[in-house]
Amino acid sequence: MTTPTLSLDVRSVGTGTAVIDIRGEVTAASEQPLAAAYDEATQTGAHALILNFSGLEYMNSSGIGMLVTLLVRANRQQQRLAAFGLTDHYRQIFELTRLDEAITIFDDEHSALASAGAN
Amino acid sequence: MSTPAEQQQPLEIQEIELAVKESEAAVPAQSLPRDAAYWAPKVDRLTVDPDRAAMGFNVAGRRVTGPQQGFGKLWQRTYSAVLKPTVTPERLIAEWKANFGSFWPKGNRFGATLIAPGEVAPIAMKTGAGVKLATGVLVLYADPESFTFMTPEGHMFAAWITFSGHIENETTVMRIQILLRTSDPLFEAAWPVMRVMEDRFWRQTMRNVAARFGITGIVIEEKTVCVDKKRQWKNWRNVWHNMVIRTMLHLLTAPVRLVRRRAAA
Repeated sequence: MTTPTLSLDVRSVGTGTAVIDIRGEVTAASEQPLAAAYDEATQTGAHALILNFSGLEYMNSSGIGMLVTLLVRANRQQQRLAAFGLTDHYRQIFELTRLDEAITIFDDEHSALASAGAN
Repeated sequence: MSTPAEQQQPLEIQEIELAVKESEAAVPAQSLPRDAAYWAPKVDRLTVDPDRAAMGFNVAGRRVTGPQQGFGKLWQRTYSAVLKPTVTPERLIAEWKANFGSFWPKGNRFGATLIAPGEVAPIAMKTGAGVKLATGVLVLYADPESFTFMTPEGHMFAAWITFSGHIENETTVMRIQILLRTSDPLFEAAWPVMRVMEDRFWRQTMRNVAARFGITGIVIEEKTVCVDKKRQWKNWRNVWHNMVIRTMLHLLTAPVRLVRRRAAA
């Protein structure tokens, strides 16, 4: 079994908004890297977190569970969570699991940032 | 022109194969990630196979629910047990998928023979009072080393339940992980009792799975973490779909349905 690869980069965009660029595979093994990226984004003072899924290559059901944990942490800190860059396949998974009811999905970074008031 | 092999196949199989070929041609394989075949197709409301309709009255027409649609605190419960290295994760999951319902404690019924993405399985759950509660699950995800269920509205939990096998310290570990909120205030009030019942149910299931591979006396570790202490009061109306209330109503109105069926006949 190969080790899942995941790369996360945190960008501070404007005041109070951070983008987390997700590249690779989101699985159960992503728990620690995602938590670390969340902490880094929160330390920038972000009240809006935007997940960039345009580099997502693979996600299993445990990976979706990690996103719920991330969502709970964001809600606890009264941060808004949004996403963009989802392919049709992953967008359908968000809709099927009804994660789209809690994480607002945008078509691109520009509209996600505009919604967060970062543009 | 059809080949001799195709000529021998029933028309229905030929039509299915043709449909598969057409769908493969319409969507280039390289445009989909490799997890694409593992996920259930998107559904808004669940449908139950007509053969299982009598069992699935609390499932048909319902929406699926995840932890975000539940009411109670958010829990992550994990049961794990070490098996023998000879039982690979793939072998474990293949056997578990093929005989899922047979591993359950006696008196409970899992109404599907196939664990495949998109499959809807009605469930009859044994209660102490002798009444069987009707609910079900959707197979949300299934790959060679794991599969995940998602619950419908009215189920006691708004949950994702993942069954998996993985290698740890050069041996296979069997695991059940549940991310759940109770669905409504009534189930939340009953959580302390349900939690104990869940423990018994899944422990017995894991012992039965292990026994299939000739392994007895497994040690099952259980870990429960409260991920979110907040209750989601905005979802208190989920009680409308409560499977206990709905099952009781269904039983009480059975004579009316019988009279109607006879009148129609």
